[in-house]
Amino acid sequence: MIRRFAVMLIALSMPAGQAAAQLTVQIERGMAESVPIAIVPFAWDAAGEMPVDVAATVHADLERSGRFRPLPKSQMIEQPHAASEVDAADWRMLKVDYVLVGRLSRLPDGRYEIRYELVSVASGQRLLGTVMPVDGNALKRASHKISDAVYEKILGVRGAFATRIAYVAVDGPTTRRGYRLIVTDADGANEYVVFSSPEPIMSPAWSPDGRSLAYVSFHSGLAAIYVQKLSTGEQVRVSAKSGINGAPSYSPDGKQMALALSRKDGNVDIYILTLATQEVRRLTEDAAIDTEPAWTPDGRMIYFTSDRAGAPQIYSVGLAAGDRPRRVTFEGGYNARPRVSPDGRQLAVVTLDRGAYRIAAVDVERGGLRVLSDGQLDESPSIAPNGADIIYATRERGKDILAIVSSDGRIQQRIAASGGEVREPAWSPYLN
Amino acid sequence: MRSFSVLLMVFCTLLLAGCPKKPTTVPEGSDTTAQDGAAGSGQGEGAVGEGRQLPGASGSPGGGPAGVANVIYFDFDRSDIRPEYASLISQHGKHLAAAGGVKIRVEGHTDERGSREYNIALAERRAQAVRRALMLQGAGDGQLTTVSYGEERPAVPGSDESAYDKNRRVELVYGR
Repeated sequence: MIRRFAVMLIALSMPAGQAAAQLTVQIERGMAESVPIAIVPFAWDAAGEMPVDVAATVHADLERSGRFRPLPKSQMIEQPHAASEVDAADWRMLKVDYVLVGRLSRLPDGRYEIRYELVSVASGQRLLGTVMPVDGNALKRASHKISDAVYEKILGVRGAFATRIAYVAVDGPTTRRGYRLIVTDADGANEYVVFSSPEPIMSPAWSPDGRSLAYVSFHSGLAAIYVQKLSTGEQVRVSAKSGINGAPSYSPDGKQMALALSRKDGNVDIYILTLATQEVRRLTEDAAIDTEPAWTPDGRMIYFTSDRAGAPQIYSVGLAAGDRPRRVTFEGGYNARPRVSPDGRQLAVVTLDRGAYRIAAVDVERGGLRVLSDGQLDESPSIAPNGADIIYATRERGKDILAIVSSDGRIQQRIAASGGEVREPAWSPYLN
Repeated sequence: MRSFSVLLMVFCTLLLAGCPKKPTTVPEGSDTTAQDGAAGSGQGEGAVGEGRQLPGASGSPGGGPAGVANVIYFDFDRSDIRPEYASLISQHGKHLAAAGGVKIRVEGHTDERGSREYNIALAERRAQAVRRALMLQGAGDGQLTTVSYGEERPAVPGSDESAYDKNRRVELVYGR
């Protein structure tokens, strides 16, 4: 069992500072009815400069989301730091609906304390009032969590600012490529290289606890699936069977992994791997290609891509033995790589739309398909844990870049990478 | 595996019927089987001509049959071997059969269109089609390792039909 795992520690081949694909998120198209809000600069009680500008981080998060219109600091006629100091009439004049105020202090034990309050200008009521102690190295994360809370209070959906994105960066000429698996905060900060190889790295997938990444690497010369713990860098090989080992997808409880294997006969089907025992069970059996499995949030079903009807389409199959796959998509001649929304009602897929590969949302109950993106070679959709946004890979002037589209298609962001090509984004679950 | 058996039958029939001595060149843009999905997309299905020879691969020590190309090209979203490659595969298969110690990697590739893991599966199917065809010619199972790279390792860069044609391929790599 455990003996069969090839365990090795990966020495990071590059210091974190040299990740060289630094991402910058830019809003392309926002909502006309975005919410006007004032994020007042926080008070800072100790001497010297504030270690992290909390208000600026929240301002940037909310603005980038496309759902908010934060008031520029220069237009604020006053800068209160507590709800009791907020004069609703003044903010009403500035046509602001909400005001966020707060204070950052240093605690005697060396940690920090953030105190913040959200006020509704219309009612004058305090909607949020929170005090939290924070370690010095977690101030940025704490700021993103404030963004999450404000987003949720106003929009009714938890924000996904305090999350991370994994992706694959590729550089070098066609014949001599370097592949790196990179993890970054959702705002593009704090990126670091998880694994790098001169051979392809593919299909990163987060474990449900957000602590590990599963991915396909060819560094041994053949495809194998690895799981790497982010805190230690420990890499474990979990599948290296004959033929392809691809498309890893964790079960919601993190104990199993759905994957695509071709075994000896080359027939690509979906299998379920139990991680603790290494036991493998075949889930689909068809002469056609079955690949790209994705679990439903309740863990009872798997969506996958199959060309059993001639061209790739999305199918679902229950996990009980003998359950027969059912076809899910009927619109369009090419639908592939499903990802399931957190409520289980929508799929994000790659669809062939009038000659272009684009990201679409599929309503699994009503069966409709809605194209969300407008590129030519869009692929690899990954849904944010709040279901509000989809990150995907696209092509801009011949270069692979990442982009985000809201799940209603109204908001678009492009993510510029300073380095080489970036692809296969995977949005983390909520992190604790 | 039903589709594969059909493919093998077609292939064998072709061999019996007498295959062309050299891979023939199908003119660019000639009529090929229309694919569900691709057909309506306006994407051409232009075929590729003769397999090119990789530098240093064939004819070198532990290499393949001298003067025989070692790349087989495929149509979009297809894994059936086009008739013009029958001779190429036959020569490699016989070469392997005669030199039992020689090992090759059968590497499958696709163009960049469509999703990456589907392309891994498609390229695997291409590699398996070639592997079986080689075994039919006498190559031993133990001499052949298949690996599918999907769209991850294009032969040429670019996002046009001529690049796509060159990237949908199986390469026979000797001495690996």
